[in-house]
Amino acid sequence: MSTPYQTREMTPPKPNPGDEPYFTAAAEGKLLLKRCTDCGRVHFYPRALCPFCFSDRLEWTAATGRGEIYSYSVTRGGVPVPYAIAYVTLDEGVRMMTNLVDCDLDDLRIGQRVRVVFKAASDGTMVPCFTPD
Amino acid sequence: MSIKRKACIVGAYEHPTRKAPDKSVAQLHAECAKGALADAGLSKEDIDGYFCAGDAPGLGAFSMVEYMGLKVRHVDTTETGGSSYLIHVAHAAQAIAMGKCNVALITLAGRPRSEGSSGTQVRNWGANLPDGPFELPYAPVTINQYAMAAMRHMYEYGTTSEQLAWIKVAASHHAQYNPQAMLRDVVTVEQVISSPLISDPLHRLDCCVVSDGGGAVIVARPEIAKSLKRPLINVLGAGESPKHTEGGHIDLTYTGAVWSGKAAFEEAGVTPGDIQYASIYDSFTITVLLQLEDLGFCPKGEGGKFVAEGNLISGVGKLPFNTDGGGLCNNHPANRGGMTKIIEAVRQLRGEAHPKVQVPNCQLALAQGTGGSIASRHGSATLILERG
Repeated sequence: MSTPYQTREMTPPKPNPGDEPYFTAAAEGKLLLKRCTDCGRVHFYPRALCPFCFSDRLEWTAATGRGEIYSYSVTRGGVPVPYAIAYVTLDEGVRMMTNLVDCDLDDLRIGQRVRVVFKAASDGTMVPCFTPD
Repeated sequence: MSIKRKACIVGAYEHPTRKAPDKSVAQLHAECAKGALADAGLSKEDIDGYFCAGDAPGLGAFSMVEYMGLKVRHVDTTETGGSSYLIHVAHAAQAIAMGKCNVALITLAGRPRSEGSSGTQVRNWGANLPDGPFELPYAPVTINQYAMAAMRHMYEYGTTSEQLAWIKVAASHHAQYNPQAMLRDVVTVEQVISSPLISDPLHRLDCCVVSDGGGAVIVARPEIAKSLKRPLINVLGAGESPKHTEGGHIDLTYTGAVWSGKAAFEEAGVTPGDIQYASIYDSFTITVLLQLEDLGFCPKGEGGKFVAEGNLISGVGKLPFNTDGGGLCNNHPANRGGMTKIIEAVRQLRGEAHPKVQVPNCQLALAQGTGGSIASRHGSATLILERG
């Protein structure tokens, strides 16, 4: 079986106040994470208060953009084109929801190494996705 | 304070419709209320507490109390998706124990089938979602969230599509006796796994139905319950728990049932081995498998083996489940299966399930719900009921 990646019309993100740096960085090809300067932990999705210690002293930090597939599913039925949704565990330790792109979707495996690439949503906003490394 | 035996379910009603293009959502709620009142032998003037969730139209409880012409002194609109109604029963028992009301009505209704809803649509969770910008571009539709949980379970524990299929097979064995079920044909494992893959590894027959309709239950003070002509169904214990992505550390191999189940068993003072019948939320086959493990009906990772031994089939296995056919075959009104889970548990405890699927002398039943999305944030609710 072979299911080549196809470009999919991606719903634009609607950032909340405070989310802008994440998408500004994505437009420059960088993946940012939020890190707490009090407890030192990185979290995802980015928040204004640390979900671990509730500190509001947080900073944006650049991720390596590398990680591995925690789980995924290729959605084939009832959608315009097949696509792979996934959780990727970044090397920084946090898991994020994403799409797996630019590959044969039938060759994906849990545990596979992946790296970040950016795809444009339908309004041009760049969104981090991952592809086999 | 415990709610153990502080309240009873005195009325239960499942709307017979599965497609209602000509009825409003408010009308369906009211018809369910009327049906539950008739079942209990009560009138609407007896209701002094009203509970509903996000499926209720307009201003929720206020709109529905107005539509139905109720006069109540207690309302609760706790919204945890499809698990809401199990939590409502527990909250109604709390309110009754606290003297806030005597007779509580809980309703659910919706028309997703007439409105063209499907499990391959991105669900509308409203505005200002904190997680939305980081998830919605990826098209997290209902089925692929549960599919990711199934994929990870297969990876960690060797669970197979054939094992998951047994859950649909069991539900179909029960649904054949339910004239109102949407899918009444008995299916085989082979039929499930050869149905189209919708989102790997879940097939079309791993999914629940999409149906219009609804249901209602009435919870009352024990003294009132004893004055009615229906079997006594005591609320023994309950638990409710949210589970979420934990700041980027989600674990897809378990549900909030690990916590809600433990709380409910402790309050009820019983163990999983005591349960004679279980209603288990069945949006997808994997949903059932995870909850069976999390509730302690089998060890973590052994759900596949447990269901493939036929344990869920009434008259065959150790834990008859969803004897109405469940969401997988019978009915999943408003895309929320919690209400019908309570109703079938009540039927079993009353001895009013179909004779072909009735558990003999059923004294103790469990109803389990999940709501929201299992691969991000969801609510789990567990309810343990006893024949009084």
